[in-house]
Amino acid sequence: MSEILLKAENIQKSYAGVKALKSASFELLSGEVHALIGENGAGKSTFIKSVTGAIQPDSGILEVCGNKITENSPTFSKSLGVAAIYQQPALFPELSVAENIALGYEKGGFFGRVNWKKRREKAKELLDQIGAKISPDAEAGSLSMPQQQLVEIARALGANAKILILDEPTASLSEEDTNNLFRVIRDLKAKGVGMIYISHRLEELPQIADRVTVLRDGETIGTKEVKDIDRDEMIRLMVGRELSQIFPKRDVRQGEIVLELKNLGSKKAGVKNINLTVRAGEIVGIAGLVGAGRTEFARAIFGLDEADSGEVLLNGISIKNSHPRDAIRNNIAYLPEDRRKHGVILDLPIASNVTLASLKILSGRFGLNFAKEKELAAEYTRRLGVKTPSIHDSVSTLSGGNQQKVALSRWLLTKPTVLILDEPTQGIDVGAKSEIHNLMTELAEQGVAILMISSELPEVLGMSDRIAVMQGGTIVKILDRNEATQANILALALGH
Amino acid sequence: MNFNQYKREISAAIAFLVLLIVVGIASPSFFGAGNLGDLVINNAPFLLIAIGMTLVILLGEIDISVGSQFAVASVLAGVLAKSGVPVPLLFVIIPLIGVAMGAINGALIGWFKLPSIIVTLAMLVAWRDGLRWVTEGAWVQNLPSNFQWFGLGQSTGQIVIVAIPLIIFLIFAWSLRNLNIGRAIYAVGSDSEAARLAGIEPKTITFGVFALMGGLVGLAALLNAVRFNEIPSNAGIGLELKAVAAVVVGGAAITGGRGTLIGTIIGVALLGTIGTALTFLGINPFWEKAIQGVIILAALVSDILLRKYEEKLSTDANR
Ligand SMILES: Nc1ncnc2c1ncn2[C@@H]1O[C@H](COP(=O)(O)OP(=O)(O)OP(=O)(O)O)[C@@H](O)[C@H]1O
Ligand SMILES: [Mg+2]
Repeated sequence: MSEILLKAENIQKSYAGVKALKSASFELLSGEVHALIGENGAGKSTFIKSVTGAIQPDSGILEVCGNKITENSPTFSKSLGVAAIYQQPALFPELSVAENIALGYEKGGFFGRVNWKKRREKAKELLDQIGAKISPDAEAGSLSMPQQQLVEIARALGANAKILILDEPTASLSEEDTNNLFRVIRDLKAKGVGMIYISHRLEELPQIADRVTVLRDGETIGTKEVKDIDRDEMIRLMVGRELSQIFPKRDVRQGEIVLELKNLGSKKAGVKNINLTVRAGEIVGIAGLVGAGRTEFARAIFGLDEADSGEVLLNGISIKNSHPRDAIRNNIAYLPEDRRKHGVILDLPIASNVTLASLKILSGRFGLNFAKEKELAAEYTRRLGVKTPSIHDSVSTLSGGNQQKVALSRWLLTKPTVLILDEPTQGIDVGAKSEIHNLMTELAEQGVAILMISSELPEVLGMSDRIAVMQGGTIVKILDRNEATQANILALALGH
Repeated sequence: MNFNQYKREISAAIAFLVLLIVVGIASPSFFGAGNLGDLVINNAPFLLIAIGMTLVILLGEIDISVGSQFAVASVLAGVLAKSGVPVPLLFVIIPLIGVAMGAINGALIGWFKLPSIIVTLAMLVAWRDGLRWVTEGAWVQNLPSNFQWFGLGQSTGQIVIVAIPLIIFLIFAWSLRNLNIGRAIYAVGSDSEAARLAGIEPKTITFGVFALMGGLVGLAALLNAVRFNEIPSNAGIGLELKAVAAVVVGGAAITGGRGTLIGTIIGVALLGTIGTALTFLGINPFWEKAIQGVIILAALVSDILLRKYEEKLSTDANR
């Protein structure tokens, strides 16, 4: 018989003006993977922060392993055996990977001694366990986002927790890394660890979860056995209505070749021999594993890392982007992968964030046209369903998925010639996702050439006209929409 | 040893060697035993302040009130000695007074989340002007004979003055790398929210570090005061600039999370030597402060350049 590890009843939490949690209830058994799902801003992250003590709920009952908790804090919940991977990465950029991992599991008092050798060995062991090829001595700040995610996972595993909380651990992970994670989760399950698993990738849930609890507008709507509920039912519970099309791919008439890459390579970015064409109105998906060079490839086109070999042709004319400024001047836009570092300015209001890249449209004779800014920002936040009391609030008050929507609106608004999207829908709920796909299609119809990097294969398959599979820093094959399948993409990405 | 990891410390050491070579060539008498000895004794108490400043800067904070704290502690040491407090007791009382002054900073910065630059700027003025008001600018004179050199005589006294900071340096350098508390300071300085989520209390650490900084300032003031037969009430002016310069030159990042005490001791050696070196080179020593300012800037700029270079290296290495 499994015991109850966690019981939460009627948890409430308000931020100035927003009820993030109205009445959240949840139960976790030992040896169970319990999925927590809901739209962006439903209160999932707020709920888990209440469990770990990162924030103090206003009211409600919380019991961990039979202990009723009144004064919670990260230190206290850690001592009860709770470990968490937060949605926003919480690594120490200046410290080594080994040290980052150690800070998750080491207890020891202030005057305890650090064993560097053991730290390194343990880090290596944990990273191996999840199949991550990362050196324990690397500085955490120098890692790519998916790599940082893997370090966080290793750190949480090291805690030997009884309750393990994973807030969107797979948002930027590719299929292969996700499978490794699932293998580890199954091991832990067999050992009796209880896990709360938050994800917008609903198709993952049948593979990994036992039960699923749906949160809507800060309220628990219900808990079901995963085997008794299908994807449509989950979505209906999440949004409170039917959602029809998930990937609304429409046929768009394709125009001339807009972007042509000939043998493009960049030593700095670590990509080589890339040949690719993108037509006006075409969406080309880029698939590949973490470390295959997808983001690096985008950086080379955008001028973040200088391309040192080959050629980039825009509308048949050779261009050179040695700096993002050149790329922007050439009407190329890039939505970066790491929204907190490069995608949004957290302390600026939502409206200013949305219009930041389109200031040209907004500036009139007497400076910026604030009425127009407001109008545009309001339109995009409404279409993407950014959940906020006011577009003048700062982006830092938004939930993770809603921040991503803001980052994305900024670039959808610019109407570029070439649009490069790096993990555009990471952390975004199903409803908003289809609206984003709609907007992408609209842009394609207007003749924008789109390159879409995504580690979510169904999205790549659903949205792309052609799919370029990358491996080892180059494109190994370009598949047509109708010949691509999950299986052959994965085989190519793995280098089989 | 990993040279790459310590390249900032190594560049500071090279700068120091270059300075020594230049001065040595221009004026070989610089290397006379007497002069070198003086240099070490003059700078030993300052090393304590630089140690404290390293911890503060590792946290991503700054303390510019150290010069004023130093003056308060120095004057109090003299006054207490005159009123008959025995020297061993001063070794307890004066650092504790420093801890109390530091704790005020720590409480305001750690618990009330006020920016350290503002808090310590206010304290810099408050202590300095408070002291001026109380002493009316008078120096503490006619110190009891057992106060100077702790009553141990000049040669033994000098050994004590050098030995105490060096021992403390070794303890701190070791602890910062090998004790949990040391690593917690790095963690808080690197990302204090992440530290909080990992179960470290940034408030407590911040409070503790500022209190400790005060204690080290107190001890430095005491070690410094016994070298003279009177105590100026305007002691320690500009000390904060010198301490920050020494730490930054030693390779610590002003944004926190990165730096070592090895770097700091090299920085202290460099900063401590410049004043004397100027005299030997026949340059007006009034340039010293300006040079310290330039050194801070140079260290910051080279840090940014190094960081860019490292970024490039690490993207290359990730292939
Ligand atoms: N610091 C804050 N200040 C004000 N409002 C906040 C703050 N943090 C969260 N909120 C609000 O609380 C609500 C719930 O946010 P939460 O992050 O829990 O959502 P979520 O379910 O995790 O969404 P996502 O899927 O996008 O991660 C949102 O409406 C958000 O705007
Ligand atoms: Mg969230």
